[in-house]
Amino acid sequence: MKTFKSGGVHPPEYKDLSKGAALERMPAPSVVVLPVSQHTGAPSRPVVGKGDKVSKGQVVAEANGFVSVPVHASVSGVVVAVEQRPMQNGAVCDHIVIQSDGLDNWAEGTGVKREWRDMGLEKIRAAVRDAGVVGLGGAAFPTHVKLSPPADRPIDTLILNGIECEPFLTCDYRMMLERARGIAEGLRIMMKALGVNRAIVGVESNKQDAFEKMRDTVWADEGVRIELLKVKYPQGAEKQLIEALTGRQVPPGRLPLDVGVVVQNVSTAYAVYDAVVEARPLVERPVTVTGDGVARPANLIVPIGALIKDVLVRQGLDPKTKKVVLGGPMMGIALPNLDFPVVKGTSGILAFKKMPDFMPGPCIRCGRCIAVCPLRGMAAEMIKAIEAGEVERYEELHVLDCMECGTCTFECPSRRPIVHYIKKAKAEYAAWKAKKK
Amino acid sequence: MSDTILENKLIVGPAPHLGTKDSIPRIMWSVNAALLPALFVGFMNFGWYAMLVVVVSIAVAIASEAAAQRFRGVPITVNDGSAVLTGLLLAMCLPPNVPLYIPAVGSAFAIIIAKHAFGGLGCNIWNPALAGRAFLLAAYSGSIVMPQWPILKQAFRGSILGVDAVTMATPCLVLKDAPLAFFGKYSLGRLFLGAIPGSIGETSALALILGASYLVVKKYVNWRLPLSYILTVMALAALLPQAGDSGGTISIWAGTLTVGAALARALAHALSGGLMIGAFFMATDMVTSPLTSKGQAIYGAGCGVLVALIRLYGGYPEGVCYSILIMNTVVWLIDRFTAPNFFGAGRHAAKNA
Repeated sequence: MKTFKSGGVHPPEYKDLSKGAALERMPAPSVVVLPVSQHTGAPSRPVVGKGDKVSKGQVVAEANGFVSVPVHASVSGVVVAVEQRPMQNGAVCDHIVIQSDGLDNWAEGTGVKREWRDMGLEKIRAAVRDAGVVGLGGAAFPTHVKLSPPADRPIDTLILNGIECEPFLTCDYRMMLERARGIAEGLRIMMKALGVNRAIVGVESNKQDAFEKMRDTVWADEGVRIELLKVKYPQGAEKQLIEALTGRQVPPGRLPLDVGVVVQNVSTAYAVYDAVVEARPLVERPVTVTGDGVARPANLIVPIGALIKDVLVRQGLDPKTKKVVLGGPMMGIALPNLDFPVVKGTSGILAFKKMPDFMPGPCIRCGRCIAVCPLRGMAAEMIKAIEAGEVERYEELHVLDCMECGTCTFECPSRRPIVHYIKKAKAEYAAWKAKKK
Repeated sequence: MSDTILENKLIVGPAPHLGTKDSIPRIMWSVNAALLPALFVGFMNFGWYAMLVVVVSIAVAIASEAAAQRFRGVPITVNDGSAVLTGLLLAMCLPPNVPLYIPAVGSAFAIIIAKHAFGGLGCNIWNPALAGRAFLLAAYSGSIVMPQWPILKQAFRGSILGVDAVTMATPCLVLKDAPLAFFGKYSLGRLFLGAIPGSIGETSALALILGASYLVVKKYVNWRLPLSYILTVMALAALLPQAGDSGGTISIWAGTLTVGAALARALAHALSGGLMIGAFFMATDMVTSPLTSKGQAIYGAGCGVLVALIRLYGGYPEGVCYSILIMNTVVWLIDRFTAPNFFGAGRHAAKNA
């Protein structure tokens, strides 16, 4: 079985908690909160004001540049506020707050089936952009940008990422099991948009049934291959997945398209299908709600903008919960409170009652952080340089090229917050560089 | 606010929110445990007094650690097993009949000077136990390198091994002074099992390999390091001209060295002195060895070259302690030159990008 070449770890999976839970649609909550910056790139611009009536699927903030997408109302109702609030990462931006009328009235034109084979490339890309589709794997990069590669960078392969290597998360798995046809259709649409006739679907071997389902759904397609991969974290990271499936390595600071590859997540493929064929904007996404802090672990289709609090309470939040994480446990963000909304990049909500105590100790130079680094970085040396404030060495040590997957920190027997150090060092480097100029 | 739903304030902290079950204490105590078979052989060989040496060494190591940490105003972490390990390792490479103040002085030096003067666990450049031993070697050389080593205890005497126990030179000394007489004195079987004179914990290759294989399985020891170390010593011992060779010519080129004799030399050097304990338990100290697998292999080979040179041509019968301390010194260099090619930045990428 294939996998990426060096590094990687095997964290306990904890997928059994929610693996068996079929996708279930969460009814519209009474209020949704929509940040204008749910994607990588320029925040979108609000086009509604307090008191405006909106329908579900209506644009409430429009794209603001090429690397930007619109935001759509995920419920029908009334805009009660457009206000600045902090997002989960601490940055402040406009949030559009909509009070639901409970009717879920779709905006006009949504849900009108389209035949994508008749659509031109530009029309497909525009449909994807106008629907506000971004990468649902977590990074939330606008999908239409990835579907518009520059002419000087020929793409020969589209990779569909069905890895879901983060522990606890199972929503991509359920999507592959239950919505394989939509995903396959999205894959074909994206192949057309990219002009490629080769696609590889990668699924880890702990999702054998999803692999079989995808294989049975796409196997007849010419040029589409489906691969079962060895379970290893972080195989879902773009660069690792490309190496595992094609043997190509994306150089530091470069993009997959520099080696002729575009990677899209399986749930993103479904969103593309929904956008292009069903003419429905991205107003909901699959989210795994799990952990020992919820009574009913689930895979929910959650309206974007639903508050974490409402989602957790619906699944039976234990009041003894001590930590809530958005995303997976390896890269997710721990929340200070539950008043944040589910955004386009939210793949999981994890509630923990029992958390191991991390008491960082000294580095004993065991070298494990280096052995497990999927990018072959010298984490132990990076940290030494960071602690000594040797900013000028960050570049040669590849501190800036770290993708923050958390593998080194997971493996550290001394529980040193290595990724945290590196994140801080990146900011420090940017400031240093700016001052030097 | 939503916090009212919850009994506790939420804990925030950086990702990842999961971690390995391994910890520094778990690693240190595992290494201590892996030394027990060799310690047992030491007890069988040399009796209670040798165990007293071990106890004194460990006790002083713990006390020194606590005192040093108290003095430095840092948390006292004697429970993590690292001070115990230093004390144990130091005692294991001392003669079994050494006066008790010697392990005490050595342990104190190891912990206070070699470890805490450099900043404590993780910051020391030299393996503390070996630094302690080197200090003792300089300060009390008469008590550390003895021409005659103590007799073996009853347990091995007259047993199936048929050891005739008297005071005698260690295999290493014999190898140095009269290599031709070596196999007349020691059989390979006795060398392997450890029923020979020597330091408390270094005599039994079998017991040391047993303990070390546990550490290799647990991945606390990278097998490449001891392997490259031991193989390098064996290869050089087999090939280099040494005392007893005619006229100092390189015998293997002169065609006078048979394969059998070369192999015998190699095994004699592999199984005598502190090579086994050094290769498996001292050189592999995480803090003072290189960070990458490649670096560890190079480091092992470097130690091996030094041991062979010291043993064959140097002033000491044994070279393990110095070989490791010298290589400790150049670990930073090895680390620098063995840094892996960053993903996509090496040969590979050039081909594809």
